[in-house]
Amino acid sequence: MAERDAYGEEQQDRERFVVRILLALVILAAILLALGWRLSGLQVGAHSHFTTLSENNRLRVEPIAPTRGVIRDRNGILLAGNRASYQLEITVEQAGNLDSLLSRLRGYLELSEADIERFHRGVRQRRPFQPVLLKAGLDDETVARIAVSRHELPGVEIEARPLRFYPLGSEFSHAVGYVGRINQQDLRRVDGRAYAGTSHIGKSGVERYYEELLHGRPGYRQVEVNAQGRVIRELSVTPPQPGTDLTLTLDVNLQQAAYRALAGRDGAIVAIDPNNGEVLALVSAPGFDPEAFVHGISQADFAAVRDDKRRPLFNRALSGQYPPGSTVKPLVALAALDEDVTTAEREMFARGYYQLPGHERRYRDWRREGHGRVDMSRAIAVSSDVYFYDLAHTMGIDRMVPILGAFGIGQHTGIDSTGERAGILPSRDWKRATHNEVWFPGETLITAIGQGYMLSTPLQMADFTAALATRGVRYQPHLLRAMDNGTGEPEYPLPVTREPVVVDDQHWDAIHGSLVEAVHARHGTAWGSVGSTRPAYTIAGKTGTSQVFSLGEDEEYDEEELARRLWDHALFVGYAPAEDPQIAVAVLVEHGGSGGRVAAPVAREVMDAYLLEGSGMTLPEDE
Amino acid sequence: MISVTGREMSVSQWVLRSLRLDSVLLVLLSILLLLGLAVLFSASGQSVVAVERQLMRIGLGVAAMLLVAQVSLHGLRAISPWLFAAGILLLLAVMWVGDVGKGAQRWLDLGFMRFQPSEIMKLAVPMMVAWYLSLRSGRPRFRDLLVTGVLILVPVYLIMQQPDLGTSMLVAAAGALVVFLAGLGWRWFVGLGVVVAAAVPILWSQMLDYQRQRVLTLFNPESDPLGAGYHIIQSKIAIGSGGLYGKGWLNGTQSQLEFLPERSTDFIFAVYAEEFGFIGVALLLLLYFAIVARGLWIAALAQDRYARLLGGSISLTFAVYMVVNIGMVTGLLPVVGVPLPLVSYGGTSLVTLMVAFGILMSIASQKRLVNR
Repeated sequence: MAERDAYGEEQQDRERFVVRILLALVILAAILLALGWRLSGLQVGAHSHFTTLSENNRLRVEPIAPTRGVIRDRNGILLAGNRASYQLEITVEQAGNLDSLLSRLRGYLELSEADIERFHRGVRQRRPFQPVLLKAGLDDETVARIAVSRHELPGVEIEARPLRFYPLGSEFSHAVGYVGRINQQDLRRVDGRAYAGTSHIGKSGVERYYEELLHGRPGYRQVEVNAQGRVIRELSVTPPQPGTDLTLTLDVNLQQAAYRALAGRDGAIVAIDPNNGEVLALVSAPGFDPEAFVHGISQADFAAVRDDKRRPLFNRALSGQYPPGSTVKPLVALAALDEDVTTAEREMFARGYYQLPGHERRYRDWRREGHGRVDMSRAIAVSSDVYFYDLAHTMGIDRMVPILGAFGIGQHTGIDSTGERAGILPSRDWKRATHNEVWFPGETLITAIGQGYMLSTPLQMADFTAALATRGVRYQPHLLRAMDNGTGEPEYPLPVTREPVVVDDQHWDAIHGSLVEAVHARHGTAWGSVGSTRPAYTIAGKTGTSQVFSLGEDEEYDEEELARRLWDHALFVGYAPAEDPQIAVAVLVEHGGSGGRVAAPVAREVMDAYLLEGSGMTLPEDE
Repeated sequence: MISVTGREMSVSQWVLRSLRLDSVLLVLLSILLLLGLAVLFSASGQSVVAVERQLMRIGLGVAAMLLVAQVSLHGLRAISPWLFAAGILLLLAVMWVGDVGKGAQRWLDLGFMRFQPSEIMKLAVPMMVAWYLSLRSGRPRFRDLLVTGVLILVPVYLIMQQPDLGTSMLVAAAGALVVFLAGLGWRWFVGLGVVVAAAVPILWSQMLDYQRQRVLTLFNPESDPLGAGYHIIQSKIAIGSGGLYGKGWLNGTQSQLEFLPERSTDFIFAVYAEEFGFIGVALLLLLYFAIVARGLWIAALAQDRYARLLGGSISLTFAVYMVVNIGMVTGLLPVVGVPLPLVSYGGTSLVTLMVAFGILMSIASQKRLVNR
């Protein structure tokens, strides 16, 4: 009976068990159906969504930086090129302990605070497995020593990257400009996507003005990457389009000769071919080492250059605004002739000073004893201030301004470089607008001798001198001679003409004669330093002395410095040969003193270099 | 060593017995293991070494299964309490050793292999509970519930201390399933549900902010896309981008390019789903269902209550493993470290499962003699 009960119990238990098993199977089937439902939702329903995410994971588009166009002078001499520069890069993912690696690297090369700082910034901004620059511009020995010890320096790679170099250095620093590492400010003025793979950008000069041409268009490669960001394979490539090569109007020999002629003094020289506006030389001294900016200049070095009293970073030729002094006298004379205020022949007795009728104030001539009887030509040649005071008083400011404006005073020339300033052409309107004051008659007098409010850049002076040479035909000064984007023949843009200065031919003759007189006549202001040495060609020119009135408010008092700083700027503008002008030159020597004695010989050297060297003509012997 | 057979055998007897393996189960398991090797080859980045090591483990597992299959049910039942006691001692030992040498709290180093005592409990707990309930008759009563509760919760607590949430829950499930299969009354389940439901808000109110945050992240990994959420996001991308037909074996970009973490172990299902698509996934689910169903069939025909309960629990625990893993990989369940049974790379879990199937084989070869 008990056995039977046990059997029944067992039977019952088994039946209960089977019910439970069936229940479990049903539940399991339901769960599996739910899982299947979920999986079909992911794999069928949301398939395209997840496919997109999956592709985003594995595909990456990497930019390929284009090769920057090179810059040459008019004879094909390289001014700015690209060369392989060895730089040390670190792939952080493979480097292990960064601090220990950096301290080991100090045994191989010098690391400045700026290097380390830039490196850490790069580390924060990089993509995974993207090498970060530590130091650029390694020399061969360092490269060799690191290459030998590679196994001790995990993650360290030496990369050869094209880097800008300037074979002619500081002498072209202002003419060509320079490139530097792209910063946030730069990215605001360019399309950031085009610069994704580029490290440097034009910062000044031609390098900046023609940035778009020089840079080229980046290429792209689509790559497959793994989860760590390491490139597994390349899927497709769009090659970059290299930048356009530029040929400039500059002449290397002339530029170097101009630098030599300044002989270490601070100043600017601009030489223009008056027949087409080509800028043959563009000098601002002192220059600076443009490659320092390419490699990344340290804060301390930059501060040193920036605070240098000689201001090497300041482009005097384009940004420097100086009173043009007597160099504007030919323009004022032309205005007077054109307005029939006077004739070239009319003479006056030029004393040592001039007084406005009914005024006590004496406006002094630069020559205490005056110049005696002068006609217009002689007045220009001897640079009589009193003659021009008188002329200005008769003419008035309103009849003087238009022709000065027609020669470009107070306007940008529109040269294809950066930093150009317009200068100032003072007038009644100008004074009312800027100073809210009326114009005084005395201001007309000093305007006529290029002092007072009037300011002009050396480029403007060369520009109006070229217009004098061409009898009023004005070409826009420019630095670009040809572009070559590698797809065919180089392209030569046509010179751009501007509104000419229209004056009677006889007036031009009169002015030209006076300018030759200034150099080649015994009484001319440039006779002693230039005319008396019998140049092999005729020079037409005008000296000038630009007065330095006072110290700026923010400048510190320094006795020795002050003394030098109170010296006038020496100026000379001229063109040659006078009969068939090939070159127009403006020279400014800061605090140089007399224009005739100091600036004119500099211009002469520049003209010699252009007209004589390589042309078979020889320099005449000194008398 | 698991060579406690309790009986002397001649070689011919051993061969005869070994022929009485359950052929259906053997075939299904073989298919799953081979499929697993193929997926592992892909998931490991086509590492022959990984496949060889896994093959060695499978070899060890199959040997263990064959061996265990030979053990009589009488023997199994006899060692159940001893195995359970030994497991508890080993768990305590691990806690002790773990106190000294931090980090490696789950493992005991046996010299030739490392060994997780918590794995023993995956079998020892259901064996113990089945052993206890086989001494009793009829539906489990309140007293039985208390005893089995202690038998289950003590090892679960010890494993949680390691801490290994996944394993402790699986051990709890294995034990609880025995009680369920023994016919525990429905009111107990309802009561248990009420207790749990009441405990949740109380526990929640007792928790600190960072603990709550951790729990929330567990259930909503997307809120932490670079941390805990990264796994599940990449896993869903892998599965979803597989589509209906899959990207093809060895062609899954999510796994081959290493976007998918833990792709050889816990997340191997995502590799399979990416490369074989929904069709492959459906077939795999069917294969798992077939194995579970065969196991339950064997349990239904078992000789006695002990064998029945143990066989049923083993089969259903296997199903729980699979469901928890797939639920976790598809983002339905929180990420707890549960491998995909018999497919994921890793030794101990595979060997334990094979031993469990050895027990099922043993049950299969010793059906009850009386027909219904």
